[in-house]
Amino acid sequence: MAQSTAGPPGPARHPGAVASPPAPGSTTPGRDRARARAAGGREAAPDGGAGRAALRGGGLLALGGLLLLLTVVSTWVGTKDTSLAEVWRALWSDDGSYTTEVIKELRLPRTMVGLMAGAGLGAAGAIMQSLTRNPLADPGLLGVNAGASAAVVFGLGVVGVSGYPTLVWFSFVGAALTTVVVYVLGASGRGGASPVRLALAGAAISASLSGLIAGLTVFDAATYDYLRFWMVGSLAGRSSDLVPQMLPFVTVGLVIALLLARPLNALALGDDLGRALGARIARTRLLGVVAVTLLTGTATAAAGPIGFVGLVIPLVARWFTGPDLRWVLPYSMLLAPCLLLGADIVGRVVLPRGELEVGAVTAVIGAPVFIAMVRRRKEVSL
Amino acid sequence: MTATDVAPRARERAAKGGAGTRPVSLWSGRVSFRAHPRTAWVCGVGLLVSGLLLTVSLCVGAYPVPVPDVARALFVGTGDRLAVHFVNQERLPQALLAILVGGALGISGAVFQSLSRNPLASPDVIGFNSGAATGAIVVIVAFGGSAAQVATGAIGGGLLTALVVYLLASKGGVHGVRLVLIGLGVTAMLGSVNSYLLTRSTLNSAQNAHIWLIGTLSGRTWGSVRTMVVALLVLLPATVLLGRRLRVLELGDELASGLGLRVDRARLALTVLGIGLCGVAVASAGPVPFVALAAPQIAARLTRSPGVSVVAAGVTGAALLSAAHLASNQFFAVLAWVGDRVPWLAVVDDSQRNSQLPVGVTTAVLGGLYLAWVLFNRRGEGRR
Repeated sequence: MAQSTAGPPGPARHPGAVASPPAPGSTTPGRDRARARAAGGREAAPDGGAGRAALRGGGLLALGGLLLLLTVVSTWVGTKDTSLAEVWRALWSDDGSYTTEVIKELRLPRTMVGLMAGAGLGAAGAIMQSLTRNPLADPGLLGVNAGASAAVVFGLGVVGVSGYPTLVWFSFVGAALTTVVVYVLGASGRGGASPVRLALAGAAISASLSGLIAGLTVFDAATYDYLRFWMVGSLAGRSSDLVPQMLPFVTVGLVIALLLARPLNALALGDDLGRALGARIARTRLLGVVAVTLLTGTATAAAGPIGFVGLVIPLVARWFTGPDLRWVLPYSMLLAPCLLLGADIVGRVVLPRGELEVGAVTAVIGAPVFIAMVRRRKEVSL
Repeated sequence: MTATDVAPRARERAAKGGAGTRPVSLWSGRVSFRAHPRTAWVCGVGLLVSGLLLTVSLCVGAYPVPVPDVARALFVGTGDRLAVHFVNQERLPQALLAILVGGALGISGAVFQSLSRNPLASPDVIGFNSGAATGAIVVIVAFGGSAAQVATGAIGGGLLTALVVYLLASKGGVHGVRLVLIGLGVTAMLGSVNSYLLTRSTLNSAQNAHIWLIGTLSGRTWGSVRTMVVALLVLLPATVLLGRRLRVLELGDELASGLGLRVDRARLALTVLGIGLCGVAVASAGPVPFVALAAPQIAARLTRSPGVSVVAAGVTGAALLSAAHLASNQFFAVLAWVGDRVPWLAVVDDSQRNSQLPVGVTTAVLGGLYLAWVLFNRRGEGRR
């Protein structure tokens, strides 16, 4: 894990600068790259020299380019054949044609939802893994997924609401309420919300809620029928109203995440050392939980509980960048939507008729790549 | 969770009280072992409780049978034909299965928690449960699936997945972290496949698979009990015998091999036994949550012993699952009973009065609450 090395030893007083690359060539001279790789990304991160910073910056740019490309492809590819020129025209003019409608009402919202959900899940995963000091922590660890699912089941089966827009709000509120309960339970000790207690409280509440979901769906076929499709995770059929609804939550969440990069880096050194470096532990943890809830809650409400992305993307990002969150976060924010949009595109074209849900495709194409990467590395670290 | 916090206290106590064990020798010293009187007590009481719960679950249900009639149905096989059928063909095999499955889960949990020194460990790390789920879903969705077919599918899927993960991870020796990461990738992939399969089947078979995935004992017959008994006859003695090696392994690899234990071989054997126990349990009842996790922890608290005793964990698991089985079967009946007396609490309509909850619902809800309670209770203790 990142404990031993991460973090710039400066006081967390530079919130504006966190998203930008660290000052190049500050202290340590550049190291032998091979040795750094053998250490599995454990090298003292921010000071790898100008070359390393440039490499990381270049990687970030390349990822941004890839994401742009995927965004274009995602508005272009689908059951209805369209040309790129048509897509371009549809974006800027409203001629009322069927093609324009398909692009504006179906593909564009779907792409935007994918972008926001992906970026949110990637960032939330990175925050979560740093916050809990567990490199295999999932953003759903605080009970967000279980809470959202339980709220959907409750809304459908007990309250009797129907219709997708209402259920989005139900699942978002469910996710938020669950995290509050988990946080209060985890923080109710003298030591405050320690990583272990947070994770355990999340596991406890998630387990109870999943039991509750199971109990409510066993005898309610209609609710289960909705739930089984919701559980897969899909971007299809998202209305264009959803995009402006998601935007504020995702923006606030991402901004908090980026602002937390430095304090979380300091906290990775351990509570005592982090405090000595000027990080405010309780505030950082609380804000971290808020960011994770906003991002994961929004993504789950919009697209269903998509696993794998938030868990594996930050892990892979760390292999590229080392443990410094100022790099891990932007990488995760770009890599995760790449995977999500790519999976959504594949899901649209792979079947002759109909399509595969993005949640089913993500892990099926992501996991083999991940496994191959794990196998290729000589030293596997977390 | 708790092994880390139970252990130091218990170890302290053990150091003070001379480990609390007492040498016992039989047949003028030909067989001798160290017994822990408190553990023996806990095991005795656990067995008694399990037996009591079994008796109660034979009597109550949609068709109540008084105790004398139960005894007559059991031992003579005469009396009210419905009573004989319910007691002998439905309630007895299911209640027995609860004891056997609970015991197997408890023991397998103790083995894994002790081997990995991680109180949240389970065979799921190497993808066993998700593979078993895929196998079971495929059988249910594609073939309809009797209980025996589903069990075969689950065992096959689980073992195949564990094998694939192991082979993928072994490249010049199985590296711990690599095994975990590959297990994670395979688990994620199978999870997607599972939910995809559930959406592409008829609602009816999807619901059957859903209930299996929750974990249930309903509809199980003597066939399941027989399979379980045969499997346990092989696995249990071996695990109990090797269970003593766990104590040595807990000392750490160096010390253990210094004491003359072949560490690698012992660990592999115990892992295989743990997977086997968990596998037969999942095959007969589905992945019932929390018993494997909680039973060893509760047993350690009750026996106040430093390590997790395999036998005590098994007995505790049996008692836990028997209690959960009874509670799940009676849940709606109790709700309806309350509803009859307090009209504004009447949430159960008559059609549901005799339905039974899958046992996994009860263990998940209660297990989660137990974990939360443990956390909440420990709030006074220092930070970790």
